[in-house]
Amino acid sequence: MSIVEEKLKNSAGSTVFSSSEVMLDLNNLKKIYPTPKGDYVVLEDLNLQIKKEEFVTIIGHSGCGKTTMLSMIAGLNPITGGNISVLGKPIKGPGPDRGVIFQAPSLMPWMTSLQNVMLGVNQVFPHATKAQRSDIAKYYLQKVGLEDAFHKRASDLSQGMQQRVGIARAFAIKPKVLLLDEPFGMLDSLTRGELQDILIEIWNKEKITAVMITHDVDEAIFLADRVVMMTSGPKAKIGDILDINFERPRTRKTVLEHDDYYKYRKHLIDFLEH
Amino acid sequence: MKQSITLGRVTKFMGLGIFSTLKDLFTGKLEKEDFKNFIRKTIVPLASILLFIGIWHIGAKALYNKEADFKIQKALSDQGQAAADAMEACIASGDVSCKPNTLPSPAQVWDSYKSLLRDHNIIAADKAAFKEKTAVLNEKRIADGLDPITYTGRPSFVDQIFRSLKTVFAGFLLALLIAVPLGIFIGLSPTLKSSFNWFIQIFKPVSPVVWYLLVFMIVKTLLIDSNEDSSFTISFISVGLCSMWATLVNTAMGVSSVDKDYINVAKVLKLGPFQKIFKVVLPSSLPLIFTGLKITLSVAWMVLIAIELLAQSPGLGLFVWEEFQNGANDSNAKIIVAMFVIGIIGFLLDRLMLTIQNWVSFDKTEAI
Repeated sequence: MSIVEEKLKNSAGSTVFSSSEVMLDLNNLKKIYPTPKGDYVVLEDLNLQIKKEEFVTIIGHSGCGKTTMLSMIAGLNPITGGNISVLGKPIKGPGPDRGVIFQAPSLMPWMTSLQNVMLGVNQVFPHATKAQRSDIAKYYLQKVGLEDAFHKRASDLSQGMQQRVGIARAFAIKPKVLLLDEPFGMLDSLTRGELQDILIEIWNKEKITAVMITHDVDEAIFLADRVVMMTSGPKAKIGDILDINFERPRTRKTVLEHDDYYKYRKHLIDFLEH
Repeated sequence: MKQSITLGRVTKFMGLGIFSTLKDLFTGKLEKEDFKNFIRKTIVPLASILLFIGIWHIGAKALYNKEADFKIQKALSDQGQAAADAMEACIASGDVSCKPNTLPSPAQVWDSYKSLLRDHNIIAADKAAFKEKTAVLNEKRIADGLDPITYTGRPSFVDQIFRSLKTVFAGFLLALLIAVPLGIFIGLSPTLKSSFNWFIQIFKPVSPVVWYLLVFMIVKTLLIDSNEDSSFTISFISVGLCSMWATLVNTAMGVSSVDKDYINVAKVLKLGPFQKIFKVVLPSSLPLIFTGLKITLSVAWMVLIAIELLAQSPGLGLFVWEEFQNGANDSNAKIIVAMFVIGIIGFLLDRLMLTIQNWVSFDKTEAI
């Protein structure tokens, strides 16, 4: 029995971790959008537990409800049934304990990159001095390689640079959970690779529990500890979960050369084409 | 990165690129491939202006002849051949008493323009002389606690322009102070929106004349104890009320249609209401607010003329009305001069707003 097959036995979201390990818990989550033709059930009986310091990627067909699920975790979309809790406490609306990196960079185009990051930092560290806050913001902007662009207006930055600011902004508020909604979906593949490297480098340092939606199978494997596959909607739920047992820190090269890489890849593609 | 301010940059910024092209032509900096552009952007507009003046000239001449013929025919049928001959001679001599009163030709308008300027210079000199003469006396009067003697002579055409600008800016400021804050509140609250909607829909199409009458009724009573001339107050309030609607509607729309992504960011960061308005909502709706303000300023300038005329408030509107009433031989030409001045100032005001908009707003709208 291969590693992959062995891991499959306890998949489909049924794994239960001890509560002290769990950062994010989705319990019987349900989402209904009322339409003139009756209720449209997007998600039903969705159960997922995500451990502390875990990086989980979520993959599934377009329109299956991945983004709905993520925005419910972020608190931007009301929950129809079930509950979501962070460290055992049910969430109440959006908050900076769950940082979000949106698909569009969503920077305020009239602010500089530093001001954009400071917007969050000011909010989360109100008691720090101005110099301390500015240091935090600058530290993360440096981490994403924007040390020369502190004072450039967001509207003057390229899409890739804007998304770097988005990453810096999300990490700088030190969230408990980081939610990434296909953050690199709009980028060309070279830029995407660069940003994946940057993301994983910062993440290796900070180890913030991360949930990321992606369409890209390679990206899902490269970044994740577990890849969660969602069934197609309506009534989408967790279809399968694949553990990725590559050591960290990873590099693209070691991952691609690993024996299990193509097994993982095949497994995901089989699920998606199924 | 500090950029130097050059004539080219300034004119381009203000949407007056034609001047830098002209400058390039005279300094010989114009490239060959720019030549086509130069023809399109400079020669064609100039040609169309000349064509316009040409048609105007021919049209004015035709109208003049029609009026002259009518006068001669009328003299002939009323008083006989001798009177008709006298009338024809009188018209040919250009005498004021029998000159046909119709659309003035471009040349007449130009002459009137020059005469208005001359008139302005005379009045300005007169004013300066008056000031000099009364300077010592006024100082003494002020020291004694009396009001200084002020110049009460006739205002010149240029003075009228500045009076009008003063009125329009006062009205515009009033519109801005009412419409922008109100628009923000309406845009933020659906409840306020529905409660104000009928109000906006009903009052928006009301004519400037009616606004003037309404303001007149109220201000007249409010200022009943005052001996001050209330015409300025009445006209600027009317201008403000007439013109504020575009800003109100645009501000409300801009505020209520802020990009959902920005709102989500604000929600995730848990920004307070104050921060949300000043850091997210307002900056992102600035382009629409400015579009509204631009419309407001041009509407204000447009209705100003009618309102000054009604309110008898000094300014271009009153100037036009008085010229029309007094019917001197060059009155018509002076009215046309005023028309051009009004048009050009309106255009410059629009450019001014565009410049300010480009300056403050992140959304760089190309100057049209």
